[in-house]
Amino acid sequence: MNFSEVFKQSNQLCKVSPDGKYLATCVQYRLVVRDVSTLQILQLYTCLDQISHMDWSSDSLFILCAMYKRGLVQVWSLEQPDWHCKIDEGSIGLVSSRWSPDGRHILNTTEFHLRVTVWSLCTKAVSYIKYPKACQKGIDFSRDGCYMALAERRDCKDYVSVFVCDDWHLLRHFETETQDLAGLEWSPNGCVLAVWDSCLEYKVLLYSLDGRLLSAYSAYEWSLGVKSVTWSPNSQFLAIGSYDEKVRILNHITWKKITQFEHPSSINNTKAVVYKEVEKRTAVGSDDLSLHITIGTALYNTRSKYEICPSPVQIPVVKPDPDRANPKIGVSSLAFSSDSRYLATKNDNMASVVWVWDMQKMSLVAVLEQTSAVRCFQWDPCRPRLALCTGNTTLYLWSPAGCVSVQVPTEGGFQVQSLNWHRSGDSLMLLGKEQLCLCYMDTDQEDK
Amino acid sequence: MGEWWTTVPIGTSLGNDEISSISHVTMSPSRQNNLVSMYSSLPPSRSSYHVLSSFCTEDNIPQCISYINQELDSLGLSSCIEASAPGGAGLSRVPALNAMHELMELHRRDMSTLEELEREQLKKCSALDHIQMNNSRLKDQLELSIREKSGLHETERQLQLKIKTMQSCLKTEKDEVQKLQSVVAGRASQYSHDAKRKEREAAKLKERLSQLLVDRKDKKLAIDVLNYLGRPDGKRSHWKTAKATVGHEGEMYKSLLNDYEVSQRSLMLENAELKKVLQQMKKEMIHVLSPRQPSPRGAAADDSQDQADSDEEEKPADSSRETLDQSCEYAKEQLANSIRQQWRKLRNHMEKLDSQASLVQSQLESNREMIPRETHKDEMERMRREVQQCKEFIHVQQQLLQQQLNTSFDDETAALLNDCYTLEEKERLKEEWRLFEEQKRNFERERKNFTEAAIRLGREKKAFEEDRASWLKNQFLNMTPFTDRRRCSSSDGQSALSIRSEPEMRMSSTKAQLAQSSTYTTFSTPKPSQSAAVPSTTELYRTLRLIPDSR
Repeated sequence: MNFSEVFKQSNQLCKVSPDGKYLATCVQYRLVVRDVSTLQILQLYTCLDQISHMDWSSDSLFILCAMYKRGLVQVWSLEQPDWHCKIDEGSIGLVSSRWSPDGRHILNTTEFHLRVTVWSLCTKAVSYIKYPKACQKGIDFSRDGCYMALAERRDCKDYVSVFVCDDWHLLRHFETETQDLAGLEWSPNGCVLAVWDSCLEYKVLLYSLDGRLLSAYSAYEWSLGVKSVTWSPNSQFLAIGSYDEKVRILNHITWKKITQFEHPSSINNTKAVVYKEVEKRTAVGSDDLSLHITIGTALYNTRSKYEICPSPVQIPVVKPDPDRANPKIGVSSLAFSSDSRYLATKNDNMASVVWVWDMQKMSLVAVLEQTSAVRCFQWDPCRPRLALCTGNTTLYLWSPAGCVSVQVPTEGGFQVQSLNWHRSGDSLMLLGKEQLCLCYMDTDQEDK
Repeated sequence: MGEWWTTVPIGTSLGNDEISSISHVTMSPSRQNNLVSMYSSLPPSRSSYHVLSSFCTEDNIPQCISYINQELDSLGLSSCIEASAPGGAGLSRVPALNAMHELMELHRRDMSTLEELEREQLKKCSALDHIQMNNSRLKDQLELSIREKSGLHETERQLQLKIKTMQSCLKTEKDEVQKLQSVVAGRASQYSHDAKRKEREAAKLKERLSQLLVDRKDKKLAIDVLNYLGRPDGKRSHWKTAKATVGHEGEMYKSLLNDYEVSQRSLMLENAELKKVLQQMKKEMIHVLSPRQPSPRGAAADDSQDQADSDEEEKPADSSRETLDQSCEYAKEQLANSIRQQWRKLRNHMEKLDSQASLVQSQLESNREMIPRETHKDEMERMRREVQQCKEFIHVQQQLLQQQLNTSFDDETAALLNDCYTLEEKERLKEEWRLFEEQKRNFERERKNFTEAAIRLGREKKAFEEDRASWLKNQFLNMTPFTDRRRCSSSDGQSALSIRSEPEMRMSSTKAQLAQSSTYTTFSTPKPSQSAAVPSTTELYRTLRLIPDSR
């Protein structure tokens, strides 16, 4: 495993282009485009203000930089560095900005979610979409880029509008049976739209592409409901994580629950492997101290490794404050591996534990207990390999063969706060608070 | 004596009637009966008179008097009877009357006490009856109350039970209420959070609105592009027409249909696979069940019938399956039913086997249990004993070993002790040495002999050579006309030769033992080293042609 040198970034805005060749990072008001393999700076653009959001177009030719405070969006071209485009939302403000799937339209959501403006980079046409809903996930594009689903709220009722991305023609507009729509997501095959209600009511609705309600699922009443929803890449499963610390899996044929995964505080399952991260603090010798002080490493070199715990295992549980809204309890993160074989989940009141489930056997395969709260985990886009980070200087990898923890070898302590896989699965982008580091996987060496 | 009492007043001047009246007054009714019965026997006063007269006659008056006095004394009365005249037949009236009076008083007193006692007794009897009645009544009451008490106990218990269940219900209800309360609290906090958020947003909106109204200079929203780009697919953009709309709808439905077709295809494949598996399972189940058919004839008769039926059913079904649609309702049902049937049969068979096996097992166990337990015990005992013995043995060995290792010797004894282990070997070694020495000596001796023999042989050979040479010379010379002169010398040579030949022959025999030089018959003149000293071994060997000549 090779680690690149550390680069500066701000706002966690670092993205690899969809074709995997370029890496764009934002440093304050500058946009830096590098080559992914050599990390040489190819282009450097300067924006008018601090960049709040940055994204690549789908054809990897353009990058949009949004500055929400100023209400501006600037678009840069890789091929033609002199080409410029500036969108000013004026007094109406800007809350979010994104590309359309064809890479030629930009959708800006104005402040207070008054409307969504669709700017075209090809024509002079501008479209407006009224009454967008301000919720967790109000807009979703289907994977093939043909359709866009938008959540709307009019007269205290929720609606979903389906647009054809070609010409922004409204294909379908239907009311949903939700109290307060919280999010919607297309299935990977683009034929089913999953719509879920806010946490006050457990309700997941499945609509077909033409707007018919296929099924409604509700596991229980009254208690806090759905926290997170995700589709499996083969569209066979819909995983729903809820505040009752369980994940329920629906199947695509009957849309009924086929199993539920629980996250108990004591694990008795002998088939699952429980990896526990153990930190070893080796004190740096006094001779070295004088050298190191100038470079500024920690006084102790904390090396961590995984140990396998025999069952039964007790998981540390943090009880959330019952009086606060959005309590830190329940399954907040779900991720399927690319082959839909594994599902990784995180329960918020056991924040330092990641659970890996096997979808073929519908059972728990591994439990990774870390020393601090898990901040981010992501599956390798090509193989069943999970990378996770907990905000310290270590990168953790899990695969069915075993678990490994790798120290990020940078001076000055690089705290890994989030990570992103490259689409080829050969490298990982590690983001710290103000830093960025690329990790190249050489061989698939994993040991327990 | 009582009879005496009653009869005595009869004997005096008082009449029967008076007596009976007196007794009527003084006696109790029960006594009255007695008296009546008494008096029933009294009317023949004469008989009583006869009784009286039998006690006291004219003759024995003084005895009677003394007797009566005694009796009176014994009764504690002071008065006594006197005779009117000593020895006379009559009595003095006054003491007699006094005595009578006293007796009557006494009698009256006794009667009264009797009456009292009788009254008392009556009272007590009635009291006793009363108490007994009370007792029985109270016993009944007690029983009743005990029964009531047990009944009440029972009801109390039931009520307690009810209370418990009620309490548990209450607890569950309370728990549920708590849960609901917590849910409500959670929802309330969520609502309040959302409400606050919305309020904040509204406030911001209001602020912005006011700001806009004040500002008035509306910043126009605009896009500033250097040049417009082409479409990603390079084509021109189309007008939005109705055809386009329909086209979109069509596209959408097409994609939906595609998806449905794909899923249906996969489901059909899966279905076919599962059907195949079921068919196979059914065939295997039939196969498993069929060998059993010959033995239980009776039970299997209907089984075989069913099976035959199902087989018959299956055969046409199989053939028709190719013609019929696979998802035909009938075929599906048929398959399911036949599988169920076969499974049922298999299950029954398995259950039968299971019961048989458990029966056999229990039999075996019961058989085995009785005998093996004893032998098992014996075996265990024996083995334990053996183990003990072995342990002891090992222990002893260990001890000895320890002893040996632990005792500290001085070097000599240690050496001695160590020696004794190798004694045998040493002896053997000595023996071998001895043999070796002997052999060596023998070898030396033989070597010496050999050398001497070799020397002798060398000399004789030389002599022989000289003789031969001379003889040859003589011969040669004899061949010539000069033979006469040389005859004398040749005879010498010959004699020498003959003399020489004997030891030669002797030597040759020894030589044959020692060397194999008989092959080397070529004569050659020996080396001129004709010293008296013993030639060296190598020279010896060389002459004897045991080793090649140094070249």
